[in-house]
Amino acid sequence: MGLMHMKNPANSRKKPSKGGLFFFLAGLIPSLIIGWVIYPMVLYSKQAQPINFSHSIHMNPEIVDGIEGDTEIEKCLYCHEFREDGTFAGIPKLAKCTECHDDPDSALGESEEEKKFLSKYVANEKEIPWYSYYRQPDCVYFSHIAHVKMGEINCKTCHGDHGKTDKLPVYQANRLTGYSINIWGRNIAGYKTNTWDRMKMDDCAECHTLKEKEGNNACFVCHK
Amino acid sequence: MEEEHGHGNKYGMVIDLDKCTGCGTCMVACAAENNLSVRPDESDKQHSITWMSLYKISNGKKFPDTEYSYFPRPCMHCNHHTPCVSVCPATATKIDFNTGIVSQIYARCIGCRYCMAACPYHARSFNWWDGYFPKGKGLERYLSPEVSPRMRGVVEKCSFCHHRLMRAKTKAYTENRRELEENEYITACAEACPVQAITFGDLNNPEHKVSKLAKSPYAFRLLERLGTEPKVYYLSTKDWVRKFADNYLPGEFKPVTSPKG
Ligand code: HEC
Ligand code: HEC
Ligand code: HEC
Ligand code: HEC
Ligand code: HEC
Repeated sequence: MGLMHMKNPANSRKKPSKGGLFFFLAGLIPSLIIGWVIYPMVLYSKQAQPINFSHSIHMNPEIVDGIEGDTEIEKCLYCHEFREDGTFAGIPKLAKCTECHDDPDSALGESEEEKKFLSKYVANEKEIPWYSYYRQPDCVYFSHIAHVKMGEINCKTCHGDHGKTDKLPVYQANRLTGYSINIWGRNIAGYKTNTWDRMKMDDCAECHTLKEKEGNNACFVCHK
Repeated sequence: MEEEHGHGNKYGMVIDLDKCTGCGTCMVACAAENNLSVRPDESDKQHSITWMSLYKISNGKKFPDTEYSYFPRPCMHCNHHTPCVSVCPATATKIDFNTGIVSQIYARCIGCRYCMAACPYHARSFNWWDGYFPKGKGLERYLSPEVSPRMRGVVEKCSFCHHRLMRAKTKAYTENRRELEENEYITACAEACPVQAITFGDLNNPEHKVSKLAKSPYAFRLLERLGTEPKVYYLSTKDWVRKFADNYLPGEFKPVTSPKG
C-alpha cells in the first residue's frame, strides 16, 4: 500500500538542461566519426601493386592476340590455369607473360607501364611480387576446380569484374590480421549487395547452403 | 551428435600388429607430412608432440617365452559419442559424418585442454610453445602448405591426413569423377609403412580391404567397451596382445586362438 503514497520520482526530477544535450552530442558525434570513418581508414594499410596489369587489354582479342579459348572462362584459364593434379596456379608466373613479352628490348605496345614491366622484371627474369586481393588466411582450404568445373560457378560470382578492369585498385591489408580488405568487405556496416563484395566464412557457407551442398559446411572442408 | 552413418564415406584404418616391427617409420612420415614442430630437446618426451605414437608392450614372460609387440596409435576418430567433440566448449573439434573424420580447427581452439582429458586414447597434444623449425637446418623448407602450422596454446591431433583427401578429390575432379578409387586417398603413415601393416580405406565400402579386414576374428579396437566405436582397428593373432586392448576382469577376456588361454 505504501507504494501508492510514494511520489513518482519522474515528476520531481528537474527538466534536462539544453546543455546536457549539447555535451551528449559533442561526445557522440566525434565518436561516431572516429568509429565509422577514421578507424576503418587507419585499420587498413595501402600498397600499390608493383606494376599495373590491365585485364581488359589482354582479354580484348583486337589488341592482344594469342589468349586462347572459345569462351570467356577458357580465356581466363589460359593464364589462371589448372595444373595437371587439379590444383589452381593462381596469378600466373613470369613464364606465362614471356610467351609474348619475350624480348625486353622491343615492347609490344607503346605504354610506359609495359616498358617498366620489361625493364624491371622481364630483363632481370624476376617474378612480379603481386599482392593478392583474394588470398584467404593460411588456415583456409579453397579449391577452384571444385567450384569452377564441378560447380560450374563463374569467376564473376566471387571476383566481380576484376577480369575486366583496366586499372588495379590499391591493395589494402588489415593491420591487425594482415588479411586483404576483400575478405571482410569494404562496407563496414556489413551490407553486401553483390556475391563478390566479401568472402568471409559465412559467405562461403551461405552459398553452399543455397546450392544444397550443406555437406561442404563441415570445418574440415574449408579448413586445413 | 546422434546422427549416424547412413551413406557417405567412413574412413578408417586397420593396423596389423603381427606385421608391425616397431620401426617408427609411420611416426616420422606423419611428423614430416603434418608440419609437426620439433623441440630443442626432442628426447624430452613429456613435451614433444606426436600424432602417431608407438607403444611397446610385452607379455612379461621370462626368456625363452618373452614376446614383444608394438601399438602404433593415431587418433581413433571415434564414431560414437566422440568424447573430445562432446566436451569441446568452442566447437573447435567436430566429427563430419560424410567422411567420419574428426576435425581440429586450431584457429578456433581456446586451449582449455578439456578434450585431452576426455580422450581415452591420449591422442591429443597441447602446444606449450609456438612451432619451432630451426632456421638453417632445412626444416622450414619441408613445411607443407597443405597443413596449417599450430601456434602456442592450442591442441592438435591426427587428422587422418585430411588434406590428402582434398588432394585426391581435386585430382579426381580433373577427370570429372566424384568417387575416389580405393587407394587414391591413404594416410602418410599407411603409405610409408615398410611392411604394409597399415591399411586405409572406406569402412562403409564392403569392397575396400579395410572393411574386410575389420571383420576378421582377430580384429579388435582399443577400449572397445567404452562404446566410442573407434575407426582404427588392430589385428593380432596373439591373445596376450589382444588382452592389452582393454581392462579385463578375471574371466572376462575371450581368447580367439587358443581358447584355453
Ligand atoms: C594475360 C594473362 C591473364 C588473363 C588472360 C587473365 N588474367 Fe587474371 N590476372 C593476371 C595477372 C598478371 C594478375 C595479377 C594482377 C592483378 O591482380 O590483376 C591477375 C589477377 C587476377 C585476379 C586477382 C587475384 C588476386 O587474388 O589478387 C582475379 C580475380 C583474376 N585475375 C581473374 C581473371 C579473370 C576472371 C579472367 C578472365 C576474364 C582473367 N583473370 C584473365 C593475368 C591474367
Ligand atoms: C598472348 C600474349 C600476351 C601475354 C601472354 C601477355 N601479354 Fe601483356 N601485352 C600483350 C600485348 C600484345 C600488349 C600490347 C597492347 C598494346 O597494344 O598496347 C600487352 C601489353 C601489356 C602491358 C601494357 C598494358 C598497358 O597498360 O597499356 C603490360 C603491363 C603487360 N602487357 C603485362 C603483362 C604481364 C604481366 C603478363 C603475364 C601475366 C602479360 N602481359 C602476358 C600480349 C601479351
Ligand atoms: C566460389 C568462389 C570462387 C570462384 C567461382 C572463383 N574464385 Fe578465384 N578465388 C576464390 C577464393 C576464395 C580465393 C582465395 C584462395 C586462397 O586463398 O587459397 C581465390 C583466389 C583467386 C586468385 C588468386 C590466387 C592466388 O594464389 O593468389 C586468382 C588469380 C583467382 N582466384 C582467379 C579466378 C578465376 C580466373 C576464376 C574463374 C575461372 C575464379 N577465380 C573463380 C574464390 C573463387
Ligand atoms: C557461389 C557459391 C559458392 C561460394 C561463394 C563458395 N562455394 Fe564452395 N562450393 C560451392 C559448390 C556448389 C560446391 C560443390 C561443387 C561440386 O562438387 O559440384 C563447393 C565445393 C567446395 C569445396 C570442395 C569440397 C569437396 O568435397 O571437394 C570446398 C573446399 C569449398 N567449396 C570451399 C569453399 C570456401 C572456403 C569458400 C569461401 C572462401 C567457398 N567454398 C565459397 C559453392 C560455393
Ligand atoms: C564453407 C567454408 C567454411 C567452413 C565450413 C568453415 N569455415 Fe572457418 N573460415 C572460412 C573462411 C573462408 C575463413 C576466413 C575468412 C573469415 O575470417 O571469415 C574462416 C575463418 C575461420 C576462423 C578465423 C581464422 C582466422 O585466423 O582469422 C576460425 C576460428 C574458423 N574459421 C573456425 C571454423 C570452425 C570451427 C568451423 C567448423 C565448425 C569452420 N570454421 C567451418 C571458411 C569456412
